[in-house]
Amino acid sequence: MPTLPPSRKPVRPPGRGPRRAGPPKARTSRKEYASDQDVRWCPGCGDYAILASVQRLMPQLGVKRENVVFVSGIGCSSRFPYYMNTYGMHSIHGRAPTMATGLKASRPDLDVWVVTGDGDALSIGGNHLIHLLRRNVNLQLLLFNNQIYGLTKGQFSPTSEIGKVTKSSPFGSITPPFNPISLSLGASASFVARTADRDTKHLTKVLKRAHTHPGSAFVEVYQNCNIYNDGAFFDFTERATKADRTVYLEHGKPMLFANGKRGVRLDGFKTSVFDIEGRDFSVNDAIVYDETSLELAGIVSRMSQRPDMPRPFGVFFCEERPTYEHLLWEQIAAITERQGQGDLDALLYAADTWTIQ
Amino acid sequence: MESLPVSTVAATKSVESLNEVTVLFAGDSGDGMQLTGSQFTLATAFAQNDLATLPDFPAEIRAPAGTTYGVSGFQLHFGSVNVRTPGDEVDLLVAMNPAALKVNLERVRRGGAIIVNVNAFKPHSLKLAGYKDGNPLEEGELKDYRVFEVELSRMTEEALKGFGLDKKAVDRSKNMFALGLTLWLYSRPLKPAIAWLSKKFAKRPELVKANIHLLKKGYHFGETTEDFVVQYEVAPARLSPGTYRAIRGVEALALGLVAASSKSGLDLFYGSYPITPASDLLHHLSRYKNFGVKTFQAEDEIAAIGAAIGASFGGNLGVCATSGPGLTLKAESTGLAVMMELPVVIIGVQRGGPSTGLPTKTEQSDLLQAMYGRNGEAPLPVLSASTPGDCFYAAYEACMVAIRHMTPVILLADGYVANGAEPWRIPSSSELGGFDVNFAGKTNRKVDGKDVFLPYVRDPSTLARPWAKPGTPGLEHRLGGLEKQHETGDVSYDPENHEFMTNLRASKVERVGQFIERTEIYGHEEGDLLIVGWGSTDGVIKTAVDRLHNRGLKIGTIQLRYINPLPSDLGAILGRFNGYLVPEMNKGQLVRILRDRFLLPFTALNKIQGQPFKASEIIEAAINHCEEIN
Repeated sequence: MPTLPPSRKPVRPPGRGPRRAGPPKARTSRKEYASDQDVRWCPGCGDYAILASVQRLMPQLGVKRENVVFVSGIGCSSRFPYYMNTYGMHSIHGRAPTMATGLKASRPDLDVWVVTGDGDALSIGGNHLIHLLRRNVNLQLLLFNNQIYGLTKGQFSPTSEIGKVTKSSPFGSITPPFNPISLSLGASASFVARTADRDTKHLTKVLKRAHTHPGSAFVEVYQNCNIYNDGAFFDFTERATKADRTVYLEHGKPMLFANGKRGVRLDGFKTSVFDIEGRDFSVNDAIVYDETSLELAGIVSRMSQRPDMPRPFGVFFCEERPTYEHLLWEQIAAITERQGQGDLDALLYAADTWTIQ
Repeated sequence: MESLPVSTVAATKSVESLNEVTVLFAGDSGDGMQLTGSQFTLATAFAQNDLATLPDFPAEIRAPAGTTYGVSGFQLHFGSVNVRTPGDEVDLLVAMNPAALKVNLERVRRGGAIIVNVNAFKPHSLKLAGYKDGNPLEEGELKDYRVFEVELSRMTEEALKGFGLDKKAVDRSKNMFALGLTLWLYSRPLKPAIAWLSKKFAKRPELVKANIHLLKKGYHFGETTEDFVVQYEVAPARLSPGTYRAIRGVEALALGLVAASSKSGLDLFYGSYPITPASDLLHHLSRYKNFGVKTFQAEDEIAAIGAAIGASFGGNLGVCATSGPGLTLKAESTGLAVMMELPVVIIGVQRGGPSTGLPTKTEQSDLLQAMYGRNGEAPLPVLSASTPGDCFYAAYEACMVAIRHMTPVILLADGYVANGAEPWRIPSSSELGGFDVNFAGKTNRKVDGKDVFLPYVRDPSTLARPWAKPGTPGLEHRLGGLEKQHETGDVSYDPENHEFMTNLRASKVERVGQFIERTEIYGHEEGDLLIVGWGSTDGVIKTAVDRLHNRGLKIGTIQLRYINPLPSDLGAILGRFNGYLVPEMNKGQLVRILRDRFLLPFTALNKIQGQPFKASEIIEAAINHCEEIN
């Protein structure tokens, strides 16, 4: 009978050492960011994974919990703030960007997150979304795209594909879907990215980047609605197909997929796929992704509308430009500097006056 | 005061004293009549008269020249006596073209004066104005009036020769000649207009020179021409002591908001989408950057209030203003603020409706919308502003109520009160009532041995919930549009809880009543008839009551600042009168609220013409009513 080796001091498992050197910091865990409310999404909903990822991510961001605000509209995804133990607002359908704009513009010290869905952001709230992005209010906007209306029990949404049979389109939907990435690029978003609920590692990575971006960070999250649109994104999320059907964008790196066996190249203004091992092209022909190019981002975003192309994930576009609240506060400061702090009595008297004894 | 231009012939004119005068400037929408009117207003304020104004212009910016629908007018009533309305009848009409004469002649009293720009009375313009049978100046149509035919266009051209202005600029200046002439006619000072011109065209000295020259030319013309044998003067009004300025309602609203921000220590966040006639509020507030005012021109009406709500959540004074259709668009968000119990001030500058209606004309037809225009049981305080100067106090009070009671508040003004002007005694900031804001700073309950913050625990006297700003540690909480459980604020679909919370929100608004000051009765404290008004009808009703007093009728009037909740002493006041008249510029909205509440026979008096009441209309209705009940 084998005997146990003499006891030794436990060693760390191989791999990465402790994250930070220096004195241990007060540990904040996912639990700290979970509110006391029961989560009421359907079992199996993709929202759970996103919630867990966000709750895990929050302690890593170096923001005090009391300075975090989650703002949402209406829909399944918009219940999100109730489950976060931060400040939060569950507002009305489509209007979360408006409340978030007023909040961030008046309180730039806060870390504001907007959680919305495809119906909320792209249908009833479409106008607010594009203006939020245009203004470049410094916040993170997470669009949970499940290509369906879930909370109203299964109607086609502005991202549902043509021909989709739903309760409100029993003979197939006849309207073409929005491409949220192209739309946000068109609305002058300064940060545009896509990720998926089932790839929590990538999700976390993208959200972290979004958080560091000074400006409106638009993140489309493919999210599975297992009740009304189950498997809508399985091509891109399940092991059997994922490698062949997705391409991950990385700044400065060639657009390769299928475990590095295939690439995406530019043929004029169009993208096309080629085999690395093939005769005509080599790895050098693959697009070296440049996330600072609005033109390239536009072209690559359109791959999502072509069934013959892999679906791009990752950061499509990132540019730094002044935020709305920065310009607002800066203008106020400059004018106050020039005119002096306002004096109420002086303002009331700032007109031709006359006195009656 | 500026010494008047010296003229040797001035002494030959006789000077007549008047107690009150109504002047109406009318011309094409491109003739600068609003500007002429507002400059005459400033001069009149400077002459220390009491005054009231009625700008009346088309919705089109430059309607086709010479047409009747393109006529823009500015009516001004001033006097040494109390002036509360823009005047029932016009004493002097200044008509820049035939269309202006055609549209406004019926407003001029018989025997009144009309100054016409005779150069504009040419066949084409006459035809455009609809004078098919010839020139009214020649046809005897104006025999009941004193008509002064002045060659305004020609004299303007002559006066500006050598100033190097093009024909268009010259033609556009003729209103300055007209202004100069009317300033002389009523012995008004030139100084305010000169100061204004110098500032307005500071970067174009040639225009300053030309316009001032023309202004003085008009003034001298009055002195020298033999057409005008009488010059009028109107003695200063006996206003109560204090320092005054002329103020427009919309300007007063802006100042009231800044005052509330300043006294409360809360930064003002103003969300707005351009809409007539509320846009001027955005224009004013966007200038007050050094008061920390943040103005946000939103993408639409909904975003404007959404941003204000967001700012309020962040601990700011969130305000938005709009007009008729904009108030409708804000309804859902207003309901959210009712549910979240956040302070937001929504100012409705009413205009003619429904739909786009009459954008530049006044009406009081959004009262029921303000009261009930939301889904669900969503009561909120509704206040109204009664005069241009009162807009300041109304805005201030609306902010105070919103914050004290943690509720959205709707303040109703209208196009007439917002665009109108009056002399305003300037308050000092120290006169304004205190404005305490208490943000929650610590937990407020112990649950299972843990100190927690519950966002819907209430102040026992006002029932207001605490206001906890993001950034406060330990007070993290979620607000939302779903029904909440009492105190915890958790989502709750419990039947009893919903009924309880619905009643609680209603009681909270009712309790605003504890803070409403005693209702002031103007006129008789008891008697035959009580006239109950709200908003901009204040001046005209009081004028009517003054005149009715002379007829020996026992009539009193009250003007409601609060329509929700109604003042608690209203029932007792109603009990002291035999009859009730409720004049409104709508189909009868306050009257429904009053009947519903008091089950008394209120009589409605309605006018829906886009124009304010005339005192004579109220007087007639009051007399008829008194005869019926006696």
